[in-house]
Amino acid sequence: MSFVSFTFLAFLAAVFLLYYLIPKRFQWMLLLAASLVFYAFAGPTYLIYMAVTILSTWGAAYAMDRVWTRQDEYLKDNKELSREDKKAYKAAQKKKARLFLALCLILNLGILAVIKYTGFVLQNINNIFGTQIRILRFALPLGISFYMFQSLGYVIDVYRRKYPAEKNLAKCALFTSFFPQLIQGPISRFDYLSRTLYGQHDFDGRQFAFGFWRVLWGFFKKLVIADRLAPVVVTLTGKAENYPGVFVLGTILFYGLQIYGDFTGGIDITIGVAQMLGIKVTENFDRPFFSKNIAEYWRRWHITMGTWFKDYIFYPLSVSQGMIKLSKWSREKLGPQIGKRLPVYISTILVWLATGIWHGAAWHFIVWGLLNCVVILISQELAPLYRRFHERFAFSNTRAWDVFQVFRTFWLMGMIRVLDVYKDVPTTFKMLGTIFTTPNWGKLFDGSFLKLGISGADYLVVLFGTLVMFFVSLAKGKGDVREMLAEKPAVPRYICIWLLLAAVLVFGAYGIGYDAAQFIYNQF
Amino acid sequence: MEKLLEILQELHPDVDYDSCESLINDKILDSFDIITIITQINTEFDVAVPASEIIPENFNSAKALWALVERLLDD
Amino acid sequence: MKKKVFKIILLAAIVIATLGLLQALLVPKYIEENEEGVLAGEYYANAGSNDVLFVGDCEVYSNFSPITLWQEYGITSIIRGTPSQTIWQSYYMIEDTLRYETPKVVVYNVFSMQYDKPQSEAYNRLALDGMKWSKVKYNAIKASMTDEETVTSYVFPLLRFHSRWSELRGEDFKYMFRSLQLSHNGYVMRVDTKPVTELPQPVPRADYSFSETDWYWLNKMKDLCTAKGIKLVLIKSGSCYPHWFDEWDKQIVDYAEKNKLTYINFLQHQSETGIDYTKDTFDAGLHLNLSGAEKSSRWFGTFLKDMPGVTDRRDDKGLTNLWNAKIDFYEAMKASQYKQLEETGKVTSYR
Repeated sequence: MSFVSFTFLAFLAAVFLLYYLIPKRFQWMLLLAASLVFYAFAGPTYLIYMAVTILSTWGAAYAMDRVWTRQDEYLKDNKELSREDKKAYKAAQKKKARLFLALCLILNLGILAVIKYTGFVLQNINNIFGTQIRILRFALPLGISFYMFQSLGYVIDVYRRKYPAEKNLAKCALFTSFFPQLIQGPISRFDYLSRTLYGQHDFDGRQFAFGFWRVLWGFFKKLVIADRLAPVVVTLTGKAENYPGVFVLGTILFYGLQIYGDFTGGIDITIGVAQMLGIKVTENFDRPFFSKNIAEYWRRWHITMGTWFKDYIFYPLSVSQGMIKLSKWSREKLGPQIGKRLPVYISTILVWLATGIWHGAAWHFIVWGLLNCVVILISQELAPLYRRFHERFAFSNTRAWDVFQVFRTFWLMGMIRVLDVYKDVPTTFKMLGTIFTTPNWGKLFDGSFLKLGISGADYLVVLFGTLVMFFVSLAKGKGDVREMLAEKPAVPRYICIWLLLAAVLVFGAYGIGYDAAQFIYNQF
Repeated sequence: MEKLLEILQELHPDVDYDSCESLINDKILDSFDIITIITQINTEFDVAVPASEIIPENFNSAKALWALVERLLDD
Repeated sequence: MKKKVFKIILLAAIVIATLGLLQALLVPKYIEENEEGVLAGEYYANAGSNDVLFVGDCEVYSNFSPITLWQEYGITSIIRGTPSQTIWQSYYMIEDTLRYETPKVVVYNVFSMQYDKPQSEAYNRLALDGMKWSKVKYNAIKASMTDEETVTSYVFPLLRFHSRWSELRGEDFKYMFRSLQLSHNGYVMRVDTKPVTELPQPVPRADYSFSETDWYWLNKMKDLCTAKGIKLVLIKSGSCYPHWFDEWDKQIVDYAEKNKLTYINFLQHQSETGIDYTKDTFDAGLHLNLSGAEKSSRWFGTFLKDMPGVTDRRDDKGLTNLWNAKIDFYEAMKASQYKQLEETGKVTSYR
């Protein structure tokens, strides 16, 4: 069920009511049941995929945990062992644990690869070799990339002995399936989420209210801004060749706002719902559109995905023995400058490739990932130049320069991002080119933008909503906006909340749009 | 310890590594720096820093980093 | 604790009340456009003493005048027609009426037998939003909904009409809490004339048999009337377009015969009703105008007055007063429309 549905709201109401009525030690079990019901709504067969992930990660972690416990006991009982013996013993144990880890990774990633990428791979084989292999497409289980990566992170952490395994299968199942996170993350870490996930929670009016406000805010971003802009983006990218130049700038701006509203709004709902249950879910965004460069943007946008790739792919890859050897070799053969960079560069490229592929089975995602990578590596190379630039020119340390950088990053990132929405990669580049070849600035003022699927009034709502988002984001720089609101006297506080609620209800783009003509009795 | 400081100085000459205790938390070191440090440590001390040790606590100060190297040397 | 509970109740009341206001503002008022939208709700002010109930689509609310039936025969009648009303909606209109009164005769216009699916979401709203809340309304909604609709949006029409914010007009504020009366016991008056010149050739159909769904509802309607001691009369009202096929007519004739019901096809009684399609329609044959509606009512009254239980009630003092007021409104509207016609050549407003 979608967050934006009456079914979900009714489901939530039932969960909240039961959650605070039943004995507290059963609360987490209720969450598990609710999560399974939530997932079964998406498709009962998907539960099978999820069950495989739950069982395999639980089993692998459990087995590795036993290896580690035995190792500790053995070393404790045999203190007299020589350093070499200890080392050899540890290596042998590690090998055992690694086997469990490998099995679990191969099983899960194998499933993911088959169901998510078979069609894509076969399609490309057919295209390249002119073959006629029938293209198999699997129904993609809801949120599989999210819950699977979250579970795999847990298994890797247990392998790394970051924390002991969770022995209770049901608790493991809840970690994987926790319903507010299922659709679009965040990709939580076990040590953080488990602190509150399994706990016993009294009803806390303040936390409940804070969570509710956040959910409302999420709905505002999703329904009032993102969904209202959706038809414009569809129009602008559907028949792209009709909308060159300044329209492409429109696509960049509107799609940027749309995805921001939709994704951060969805995460607000997730975190807010969890908070209403007394559970703390990791933040996934840190005002990303205020970033001054792309690398920073990626540290502030979809944070949990970025850190996941960093911790579980980028670091292991770049400090792996092969990479170290490669680095040493290149240092000797190609000089220290290249030697220093090679491992970082290779790892960066691979991580972005993986990030692109993770987003979806399509070329535009891969190009998108690599473009991000290119920009990040270029700015890394230019870093010393920037430093000198800042030393040389005083204006570059002013507030205005910061604003310029934020502006620049928004548009640059936006240009990369529209790869998502145009039909294919060549179209995207062609359309981006038209910004410079045929801008047609006049189109801004001749009412063309009013013919894209939404009216002037809609634009006003979007503008107003964006301004509200902007000022809320600014305020966030000074602390939790809800804390500030909570300190206000009751009347203005409630008026704020009421206005937010009313704005969602009235200005939200949901349901059947009203068109008086439908009501005109014109059939006969 | 001197060798380690040299590696660090080369990366960010303007940082006072003796006193700074928040290299990661204050975003002085980014992931590129971390990888460079680990590769250098590997060359200089012949010690492999596993990915599991890449946590803020180990990289927040030169002292912590040195402790990590010593621990890994000892292991 | 007590104070806290009180506070929460107060807050909830304020939120509900203010959202209610918002809803009252945003739902369509049907005063200056799509006026038929007020029809479903107008029944309740006229309920209580009606001997004859008409249900069906525009062919009932345009083609019969209860005022004429009263003036000529002393018959009290009410029309519960809505645009493109489907047979299940007609059925629930009868059930809903039974919550307030039990008529002696129910007249159903069989034209809607051709539809076994909801025609449009908008027409559902026109038929259902005006109904008062009851189990009957709930069932009517359940039976009528298209795939895109939800019951929730009927409970809270704000959820359906919220996007009207950008087209709010004066009438939305003016008529937030009251409406203007449009109909005369369900009759929608039009005095202007647009003669039938040439009727489009009917498009033949592959299959003329009415669907199981429609027979199901017709049977249900018949059974309900029987159980309540009401005479059910089937009619095909006197609109000559869209086409009423002979194949359809035959099925109704057979059904009426089998179930001992009266079926009157007004199209076959043109000489008796005196309907002249060059004078008595305002949109070239789709609907009758005032003169047409009065003619067909006058003729239909000769039949209705002899139905068991239907009596001349003009000697009832209370009823006479009531109907005199209705007649005044009727005459006023008539005058207003003739005035518009004289001044501008067309009727732009009912009132």
